[in-house]
Amino acid sequence: MNAWLVAMLAIVRREAMRFVHQRSRFLAALVRPLVWLMVFAAGFRAALGMSIIPPYETYITYEVYIIPGLCGMIQLFNGMQSSLSLVYDQEMGSMRLLLTSPLPRWWLLLSKLLAGVAVSVLQVYVFLAVAAGFGIVLPGWGYVLVLPALILSGLMLGALGLLISSTIRQLENFAGVMNFVIFPMFFLSTALYPLWKMAESSTLLRDICAANPFTHAVELIRFALYQSLNGWALLWVVLAFVVFFGLALLGYDPAHGMSRRPKRG
Amino acid sequence: MTALDVSDLCYSYGPKRALDGVSFALRPGFTALLGPNGAGKSTLFALLTRLFVTREGRITVAGHDMAREPRAALSKIGVVFQQPTLDLDMSVMRNMRYFAALHGIAGREAVRRSEAALAQLGMAERADEKARNLNGGHRRRMEIARALIHQPEVLLLDEPTVGLDFESRQAIVDHVHGLAKAGLTVLWATHLVDEIADGDDVVVLHKGRVLAHEPASELRGGRPLAEVFIEMTGQKSTAREGRG
Repeated sequence: MNAWLVAMLAIVRREAMRFVHQRSRFLAALVRPLVWLMVFAAGFRAALGMSIIPPYETYITYEVYIIPGLCGMIQLFNGMQSSLSLVYDQEMGSMRLLLTSPLPRWWLLLSKLLAGVAVSVLQVYVFLAVAAGFGIVLPGWGYVLVLPALILSGLMLGALGLLISSTIRQLENFAGVMNFVIFPMFFLSTALYPLWKMAESSTLLRDICAANPFTHAVELIRFALYQSLNGWALLWVVLAFVVFFGLALLGYDPAHGMSRRPKRG
Repeated sequence: MTALDVSDLCYSYGPKRALDGVSFALRPGFTALLGPNGAGKSTLFALLTRLFVTREGRITVAGHDMAREPRAALSKIGVVFQQPTLDLDMSVMRNMRYFAALHGIAGREAVRRSEAALAQLGMAERADEKARNLNGGHRRRMEIARALIHQPEVLLLDEPTVGLDFESRQAIVDHVHGLAKAGLTVLWATHLVDEIADGDDVVVLHKGRVLAHEPASELRGGRPLAEVFIEMTGQKSTAREGRG
């Protein structure tokens, strides 16, 4: 087998094994969106009226509306979690092991990204299965067609995590990521309310939401779940991935970033 | 051809010069990079493993220029970092195979090479144990074995005995001397003179400069190596009685 592929498979397998060992992480990843679905959505159902907007062809309940947003949420948290584990790897030294491999650095980091995506896609499918168990069933082919959308959105959000990990020096700084990345990205998106609903309260908010790459990740997933393609969202997600990954590579380039002082010697 | 050639290497952290015109060429065998804490050893190791890069100076590994052919150069280097880099939840063999894969080696070949490398370090019977269950000395030996899987020409070890008891330290020093005798080029960073034998080469690094590069026996000139080291660097606390 090709040396590049050997390394990528090993990196993905290692990440998957890690995930299997950390059952609490899996549970947390699953419980979080389920709480939103069962508690938040149930409460909001009465308050929020949903009009018919694409890709929906009929009136839908609020629970159905927020399913794609919660899929995105799983991937957003997963991307940040990978970023956290990368910062941890840097502190613990196993990142060094990875980076001294003779394979190109961009390939090693892309492998790391794909490993995170594999884990997040698995989480999303388990979440969709549990949601189906509670009666929120989506069109059959949607479950298949959403896969490429999930891979793309996972790559984009993972690349954002990678970019953050290349700029954060210590684990302690990570709380800031929660406050300044995850929450704004999630709340200022179409995960919880459609754009027209946002526009009702503020056009500025609507514009911010429309520019948020996470909005487009959610819309890409939403349309794919209903067997259609949102080309504009696809373009945004791909562009955001290229920008985030490019900047992350710059951050991990020994000539630019990573030039921290070694601890001793 | 020398296995590792460093010439005029400089590196700064802002205004602070960490390495200042470092040059040395290593032949196969054991070379100790002796220097007190803060001498620039870890910076040098970061440059030798391309974690850092610099425009000033040149590193050549087995004829490959680190700046122009980084991948070829890295494929000839085995490295053991000061901090352990093991996955404690995986078995010794899985750790070995993960590393082999990072070098593009898979399947039976990976197993064969891992077994051979573990046997070299007297760790063959530990292959199926979880890394977490190994003591500090054995973990280190596993890391050294791992660094040999891709059959490098140069083995770099950055203070590999830090935190180990005397016996484990001695065992590792002996093992690595054995590897050097078998023809490997070893660069062993340390601040402990008792890890250096009379037949070893010594590069003394202090405040980012090379103060000496000669066989230990010549460097100490009949006196204890510790005494000579203290005299050269003014560092008392780290020097101990030499082996030779």
